[in-house]
Amino acid sequence: MSGPPLNWYLILSAVLFALGVAGFLFRKSIITIFMSIELMLNAVNLSFVAFSYQLKQVNGHVFAFFVMVVAAAEAAVGLAIILTVFKNRETLNVDQVNSMKY
Amino acid sequence: MHRLWLISALPFAGFLINGIFGRRFSKGVVNAIAIGSVLLSFVWALKTVLGLGEDRIFEHYFNWIVAGGLQVGCDFAVDRLTAVMLLVVTGVGSLIHIYSIGYMAHEGGYYRFFAYMNLFMFFMLTLVLAANYLLLFVGWEGVGLCSYLLIGFWFHKKSATDAGNKAFIVNRIGDFGFSLAMLMIVVSFGTLDFGRVFQAAATKPEAVLATIAMLLLVGACGKSAQFPLYVWLPDAMEGPTPVSALIHAATMVTAGVYMVARSFPIYLRAPAALEMVAYMGLFTAAFAATIGLAQNDIKKVFAYSTVSQLGYMFLGAGTGAFSAGIYHLMTHAFFKALLFLGAGSVIHALSGEQDMRNMGGLRKKIPVTFWTLMMAAISISGVPPFAGFFSKDAILVAAYQHAPWMYWVGTITAGLTAFYVFRAMFLTFFGEYRGHEHPHESPKVITIPLAVLAVLSVVGGFIRIPVWLEKIFPTAEAPENFSLVAISVAAGLIGIGIAYIMYIAKPGLADSVSSSLGGLYRLVYNKYFVDEIYDAAVVKPLVSGSRVVLWRGVDAGLIDGAVNGVGSTSQGLGGWLKLFQSGNIRSYATWVLFGSIILLLTLGLIGAVR
Amino acid sequence: MDVILFLVFAIIAVVCAVNVVVQTHPISSAISLIGVMGSLAVLYLLLGAEFLAMAQIIVYAGAVMVLFVFVIMLLNAGSEAKRGRSLAAQLLGFPLLIAFLALASYFIQRFYPGNTPVHFGAFKGGTAQIIGRALFTQYLLPFEVTSILILIAIVGAVVLARKEI
Repeated sequence: MSGPPLNWYLILSAVLFALGVAGFLFRKSIITIFMSIELMLNAVNLSFVAFSYQLKQVNGHVFAFFVMVVAAAEAAVGLAIILTVFKNRETLNVDQVNSMKY
Repeated sequence: MHRLWLISALPFAGFLINGIFGRRFSKGVVNAIAIGSVLLSFVWALKTVLGLGEDRIFEHYFNWIVAGGLQVGCDFAVDRLTAVMLLVVTGVGSLIHIYSIGYMAHEGGYYRFFAYMNLFMFFMLTLVLAANYLLLFVGWEGVGLCSYLLIGFWFHKKSATDAGNKAFIVNRIGDFGFSLAMLMIVVSFGTLDFGRVFQAAATKPEAVLATIAMLLLVGACGKSAQFPLYVWLPDAMEGPTPVSALIHAATMVTAGVYMVARSFPIYLRAPAALEMVAYMGLFTAAFAATIGLAQNDIKKVFAYSTVSQLGYMFLGAGTGAFSAGIYHLMTHAFFKALLFLGAGSVIHALSGEQDMRNMGGLRKKIPVTFWTLMMAAISISGVPPFAGFFSKDAILVAAYQHAPWMYWVGTITAGLTAFYVFRAMFLTFFGEYRGHEHPHESPKVITIPLAVLAVLSVVGGFIRIPVWLEKIFPTAEAPENFSLVAISVAAGLIGIGIAYIMYIAKPGLADSVSSSLGGLYRLVYNKYFVDEIYDAAVVKPLVSGSRVVLWRGVDAGLIDGAVNGVGSTSQGLGGWLKLFQSGNIRSYATWVLFGSIILLLTLGLIGAVR
Repeated sequence: MDVILFLVFAIIAVVCAVNVVVQTHPISSAISLIGVMGSLAVLYLLLGAEFLAMAQIIVYAGAVMVLFVFVIMLLNAGSEAKRGRSLAAQLLGFPLLIAFLALASYFIQRFYPGNTPVHFGAFKGGTAQIIGRALFTQYLLPFEVTSILILIAIVGAVVLARKEI
């Protein structure tokens, strides 16, 4: 009995990625933007695993593993940064953190 | 070892010593160095000429230019033609240097004057001794430079510096023609050496030779003040009188004639160009003579006379009688230098007065000057057996052989020449003194050179130059046509007679003639407005063109604009680009997305193509 | 069977993702994100990646998202204000998004036309043993470097979070 063709997984990955981008572009709170980033990373992970299935190799899994590790580290540091910014600016609105303007 | 280089090096040494150290020397030392160097040069030239015989002495000093196929050496050569020029330049030059001691005695910049004069001698001698066109051109340019320096000697006077500029710039036009001629010679012959060029001239097509000859003629026209490039010579009278005598009568202006004579193998094979030479000479002779009729400044009369006599020399060369042209060059050096030096003596006696209307009756007051000038005047009028008669007669006879109408124009011009010279003599020395100065005779340093030149003007004709130059310019033996000679002499005497009538017998006649001729007189008096025409037709368009088009349009507008434009474009671009840096993370992300889409497209297209 | 499983969890994933983007309160977004990760873990299982699915649940959903929730509660983040101020994002964002989606879909269709069907259990190469072997032989260097990276992250986080304003 056959399962779903592989490119459905790829399309799902693209949709999730696009949703992550949308979240990044259209939300104002830093935390939400960060979560959109995590969403994007997950979408990419799905894509890796799908290709690993097609090529019958384990490389995709390993890569996805590394992505996860790096995402975790990034989340830790990023949230620390958000904390610092909040301490200094008293705001979580990313539009108000624009002192690097020309 | 003839050591030809000594002839030109001695005056150069004089220039260096006087130029660098002259300020500290006394007048006596400056004199000794300047005149000593020129006299020594004359002695050495004389020695070289006496040992000359009929051949050509050639000395090669070093290779100046070795570029591909072109080799130009620093070479000096002396043949009989060079010998004539050498003796004239050094001899008359020495006399004028001695004269200058007296004339410039009260002037400032004494050592500078003699330094420049020595430098001029160096360049003129280099010009004469050169054995190839390039070295001749070096001398050519050098004498132009010295002419500029000496015309503008009294550089505080604006008229003097303007005249110097004019001389140099008009000369430059001629030099341009000369340079083009040299380039053509290099292209056609592959060498600039006289010997090789003249030997190969027989093998070149006439069109090439004609072009070279015409371009050389342009150069000669500029240097020798022929129409239409003569306008600098009358203005050059702003310089001290010895300068006028040496440079603008005896030597520099004759460089053009010398160059044409030297290039005669080219000219003989380009008859059209030779015809142009004759026409130019004849026209200039007549044209300048008519202007000289109405001038009131004594130096200007002689300046136009020089232009006219140079025209005669070119006429001689243009009709094929090159040796007659050189003959006249020599005699002209004698009597024209004498005329100028004498005029200088008169000016010196009158403490600076140059307008003949304020002179008169000086015959008794400065007799030596009077008698020597009279010799020169008779000589230039072509009265036998004075020097001018022989040379002018040679040219007129050759002109008749070539085309009879040229003879008639030349003879009438001879009559005009006699007229204006004697007009000057009568206005200056006869009648009543009309000025306010106290004329005194000039010192011996001035009168002795005058006397020497007077003797030469009288007996110089017996130095038979055409015979001396027989080997170089073979002359067809012209039948002695006594009637031609008689007519030209008669023309001279008629000119003297009319001058006598108008200025001595009936003094009021001159004014009534000039007023009755009205417009014609004004035209001639104002030199046919040639300077004004040049100014309007050439100078003003050039200057305004430069100012408006080249300066404002191209330089300030285009070039500066381009450079400034780069700057302002950079600024503008930066100003537009900085808007991207809004500090807003979301807009940054948008642009990242945009870029990644582009990237995706590109990769996809590459993948699709592959 | 596989198809149905895929569809169910795919739809859950998409709905939760939309929720992440749409919700105003960060806590709601965080919870939705946990839902996404869970569904993704199931999809990994379907693709034969057992180890990865477990790692996803334990690390991602269990640790990272909990961290997020901690920070949200620490910052006492409330609902977002309505209006935004990024001109570029508002003007260009939506069209670019559509363009991106279209492009991605097109390329997927073009280069990977409906091929390999996905069975559950067809791929046996995602076990912990195999991944472990790969990690410690072929990918040893990245492994070590990543551990250093984590060390840096720890140090960085500690430094940044010190209380000295």
